[in-house]
Amino acid sequence: MTASGNSDYLLEVQDLKVHFRLPRRNMLTPGGTVHAVDGISYRVRRGSTFGIVGESGSGKTTAALAAMRLVPVTDGSISLDGVEMTTLTGDALREMRRKIQIVFQDPYSSLNPRMRAGAIVREPMDLMEVGEPVERDGRVAELFRRVGLRPEQEALFPHQFSGGQRQRIGVARALATQPELIVCDEPVSALDVAIQAQILNLLRELQNGFGLTYLFISHDLGVVQHICDDIAVMYLGEIVEQSDRVSLFTLPLHPYTWALISAVPSARRRERGKDGRVRLQGDPPNPIDPPPGCRFAPRCPFAVDRCHRDKPALREVREGHLVSCHLVGDDCVPPHAAAASVS
Amino acid sequence: MDAAAPLLEVEDLEVEFRTRHGTARVLDGVALSLQPGRTLGIVGESGCGKSMTALSIMRLVPVPPGRIGAGAVRLKGEDLLQASEKRMREVRGKDISMIFQEPMTSLNPVYSIGDQIAETVRLHEGLSRRDSLDRAIEMLKAVHIPAAERRVREFPHQMSGGMRQRVMIAMALACRPSVLIADEPTTALDVTVQAQVFDLLKELQEKTGTAIILISHDMGAIAEMADRVMVMYAGRIVEEAATDEILESPRHPYTRGLISCVPHMEDEPPPERAALTEIPGVVPALTDLGAGCSFAPRCAHTTDLCRRAAPQPFAVGENHRTACWLYDEAGAA
Repeated sequence: MTASGNSDYLLEVQDLKVHFRLPRRNMLTPGGTVHAVDGISYRVRRGSTFGIVGESGSGKTTAALAAMRLVPVTDGSISLDGVEMTTLTGDALREMRRKIQIVFQDPYSSLNPRMRAGAIVREPMDLMEVGEPVERDGRVAELFRRVGLRPEQEALFPHQFSGGQRQRIGVARALATQPELIVCDEPVSALDVAIQAQILNLLRELQNGFGLTYLFISHDLGVVQHICDDIAVMYLGEIVEQSDRVSLFTLPLHPYTWALISAVPSARRRERGKDGRVRLQGDPPNPIDPPPGCRFAPRCPFAVDRCHRDKPALREVREGHLVSCHLVGDDCVPPHAAAASVS
Repeated sequence: MDAAAPLLEVEDLEVEFRTRHGTARVLDGVALSLQPGRTLGIVGESGCGKSMTALSIMRLVPVPPGRIGAGAVRLKGEDLLQASEKRMREVRGKDISMIFQEPMTSLNPVYSIGDQIAETVRLHEGLSRRDSLDRAIEMLKAVHIPAAERRVREFPHQMSGGMRQRVMIAMALACRPSVLIADEPTTALDVTVQAQVFDLLKELQEKTGTAIILISHDMGAIAEMADRVMVMYAGRIVEEAATDEILESPRHPYTRGLISCVPHMEDEPPPERAALTEIPGVVPALTDLGAGCSFAPRCAHTTDLCRRAAPQPFAVGENHRTACWLYDEAGAA
């Protein structure tokens, strides 16, 4: 994987690490380090949606913010459109940031309550000097129409909109600088169920219209399955499984992925009862001082001695399907399926 | 509707709030009945009256600006709306208890969790300090908190979100209530922790026979937990049936929308994806509901009749009622 010139991939992340130092509690104990993102690699194809899924504390949001250089990168490489992002500073960094925008989770707190909706959408164009100033008003009106708002609503303040409409404003603002990559950080999880579908449909429609690439962060597997083309599952700062959407859900290989999928409540599971369901004990552990060996081992129902000792590598076991688990053999039989066939 | 005498029965409940923009009728003709050991799910968007139904049952609606206009809430035959405030304090936490969405803000940060569980028991059952702490430890064990003897002295900030929700459940069940109201109990939790909490609720329900009212916006969660489902919209019940019945043949366009607007996780997703079904528009302001069906502005099947008059719930199947003009007495769609 070279850093430059691969036109199939818009974003390439190689061995990315984001560590946060914690202050010392007292003179005698050393301060800890939070291994928020600990050596992840992934590539995002142009015009596709790459999903990062995981529970809170898994590092999914930090991974996305790092791709925008919004958190300090400890180590590794991020290349957008062949340009290495980690070493950029000043104007060059600003110029690259035009190409990446973000849609936030909470449309209530991410819009300035004192600015009118039109000004909110226009602001990034002014800051990044996109287009001629005289054209910008027309472009704001056009963006309003594209996200399903009426241009006359530009004069309203955020509190005069519903949650779904606010998220539309957030999407319009993200589109203002004509970006290539949009980071969607849980864009629908703060919205009412009936409104989620409106925003998800809008995102797909805009992707087709503008040829956008999405980096989509979510904890909701139903949403991820619907909207993402490729998916990485993160656990405690690491990618434990990565694949295209069909392969990941049809044949989940990592026990954690399987546990996540089987934890989703659904009507079909109701019919089937408790069969084939794995229940994880405990909560996701702390990313300060992660356990040695496989990080999932303390919660894994199949863990053997080796899992607590040696760290499994992320390796390709089927075409395009990567997993880091000692117990998945080259025959692609995951431990949960092996256990089911024995019992 | 059910043969046995219900444990909890709500009849024709009406709740209004006076606001600057006029009087909002937040509950209109809400009725439900609950049997011991059963789970009733209430589902709908925010602002449709789910939580207000729960608060009305507990008589925790703030008065003023709120006002319970009409109806009855009968617990084992006793009308709680007519009960004295002193009696209500006995009922809350002992006969009916409640767990909330956000376990961090509903626990007191300056008392240990043991003290908080013990307080409920001391007040309601008059146990001594020592006995009530023993009950607290017993409850923590029942909700599978490891090292309960030690953790009983810990404070809420020392626990994870899942642990705190377990503590809330322990506290709610400490006096062995006959009804537990769970208002979005897992919305703030991770999916693997949510599954643990649901399993725990089911396990405790089997042991104690507590009836549960589960309030959620997530049809999947309701499908997994509830025996019966009530769909609410703009303060009214628009459809009510057994869970399997609702999932297999939802009648009201709003129920159908709620089920199909959520992307369902498939075991083997097809390569092609269709756009999701949308419910256009938003929940109307409760201050200016017209005479017609409140869902009419968002409904794809609206007729003149829908705009003119609000439909009353009527039977469309065995124990299946819906309030929609599409299903007249012949049941024709």
